[in-house]
Amino acid sequence: MVSFNEQQIAKVKQIIARYPEGKQKSALLPVLHLAQDSFGGWLDVPVMDYVASLLSIEPIEVYEVASFYSMYNLKPVGKHLFEVCQTGPCMVKGCDDIIDYIKLKLNINVGETTADGMFTLKTVECLGACGYAPMMQYGKTYREHLTKEKVDAIIEECRAKSN
Amino acid sequence: MSKKLLLANAHVPGIRTYEVYRREGGYRSVEKALKMKPEEIVEEVKKSGLRGRGGAGFPTGLKWSFIAKPEGVPRHLVVNADESEPGTFKDRYLMEYIPHYLIEGMIVSSFALGSNVSYIYIRGEYAWITNILEEAIDEAKQNGWLGKNIQGSGFDCEIYVQRGAGAYICGEETALIESLEGKRGNPRIKPPFPAVKGVWERPTVVNNVETIAAVVPIINEGGEAYAQIGIGKSTGTKLISACGNINKPGVYEIDMTISVEEFIYSDEYCGGIPNGKKLKACIPGGSSVPILPANLLLTTAKGEKRLMNYESLSDGGFATGTMMGSGGFEVLDEDQCIVKHTYTLARFYRHESCGQCSPCREGTGWMEKILKKIETGKGEMKDIDLLWDIQRKIEGNTICPLGDAAAWPVAAAIRHFRDEFEWHILNPEKCLTENFGLRHYADAIHVPVA
Repeated sequence: MVSFNEQQIAKVKQIIARYPEGKQKSALLPVLHLAQDSFGGWLDVPVMDYVASLLSIEPIEVYEVASFYSMYNLKPVGKHLFEVCQTGPCMVKGCDDIIDYIKLKLNINVGETTADGMFTLKTVECLGACGYAPMMQYGKTYREHLTKEKVDAIIEECRAKSN
Repeated sequence: MSKKLLLANAHVPGIRTYEVYRREGGYRSVEKALKMKPEEIVEEVKKSGLRGRGGAGFPTGLKWSFIAKPEGVPRHLVVNADESEPGTFKDRYLMEYIPHYLIEGMIVSSFALGSNVSYIYIRGEYAWITNILEEAIDEAKQNGWLGKNIQGSGFDCEIYVQRGAGAYICGEETALIESLEGKRGNPRIKPPFPAVKGVWERPTVVNNVETIAAVVPIINEGGEAYAQIGIGKSTGTKLISACGNINKPGVYEIDMTISVEEFIYSDEYCGGIPNGKKLKACIPGGSSVPILPANLLLTTAKGEKRLMNYESLSDGGFATGTMMGSGGFEVLDEDQCIVKHTYTLARFYRHESCGQCSPCREGTGWMEKILKKIETGKGEMKDIDLLWDIQRKIEGNTICPLGDAAAWPVAAAIRHFRDEFEWHILNPEKCLTENFGLRHYADAIHVPVA
């Protein structure tokens, strides 16, 4: 049975209190973020059903939102998720080379996860870091002015965290 | 040197904290505003000539004056921090380094609009900035600038930050409102406008981060003083986020009197183009605005120097001009391929279309596929006309402006760089390894070197 701990429940209540009485559905996006962070980095159906019950809404109302926004993962992802921007300004600054390098280095294609479940590589559209391109989102941080050396260092950093 | 308002103290160490921000004169506008009548604040904003800094350029004071005031119904200010337009990263800079500037502007604006609970809707990827804003809100609250009875004025105000979750469309104000209500970001049919029925069917004003920040100097210095900066209807200062092939990418505050040429080549701003390359093209206001070739960018069709303001950038309409947009300024040098760049933008819009309106849902997919076909050397001549036809059928035929935003970049690329598309089609192998370069320009046209 999926369930938030006491601290997470308190957080949910705090979020719901931001909106008028009876408008707790407004808490859906923040609560889904919390759920994804708390339950393995993705939103499995039982997790979404649990969120629906917390907010007293229908499960379908959760599914339709979770499937609309690109930050919610509806499938498992690796322990470390690399999301490399590929829109115009990043393309101009060489994001294609960075994507190719990560593919080579991790031996996966875009959209795939390494066999050991450590890394997932995704491409994303503009993340608002155009002046600091090429860039990727890693967890809740941006890694900017990427070079092959920086990619190596990030991968090392991830491996060190997991050891 | 341009007058600086929003970024005047950006480099003061510790300006992110309440203590330093207040020491440098922060929150003065709140002290002043709370002694004014809300209508007087709206009047100052009208006098300032401030125009929405998110991209549309609609007069802010006028937008505020539309807010409905039915008896007993709460009203809300919602700040649009969903900054997602490719090329745009200015709001991020302001929120990350001077978060109190936004909070200060929000308190004044909330008072003017009668919003006791205001929200910042921030793009989900700016997770760390959410924390910075929440810390600033806590600090402001501890010091009596938020909460009940602010500074003994009798005015109550709370600010909450809501993270989005990855959807460009939520930058459109009615999609943003839907998202704030916990729904998919599908834009609403207008009317009713948010000023009448916005979030939870309550009167709502949605304004961009930079717009709300600009209210601070307007109240401090007065609307007339603010209107003295700039030219004509381009009053005040504008944040420009510059990227692409330039020596100094970053966020710059300009008064809108400088020329585009100065902005690109002066060391105060972009610092010219690296490696001695020549300017090929530029998208000056975020990816949705028309791309211009170097010659039309620097000089209007009338032969005047083009300036970095609303009127001058749009001089000549879409035939020879572009738009100020969000201020996302992307420079492309001679090595950049217009077909490939346009393809990445088309892919972006296909990815970000909410899917409600068929012209946009289907059209953006078609444009992406055709552009990819041409880019990879598989194009046919008829594809160019097909692209033109599709973009024309999207424009104006959708609920929200995303359709136009997707159509314009494709239209402008064909309008100004048709020869490059044709070259791709005529040279299916060469186009994979070579660039078209600057062959658009007749030798007679002056293209400056760095």
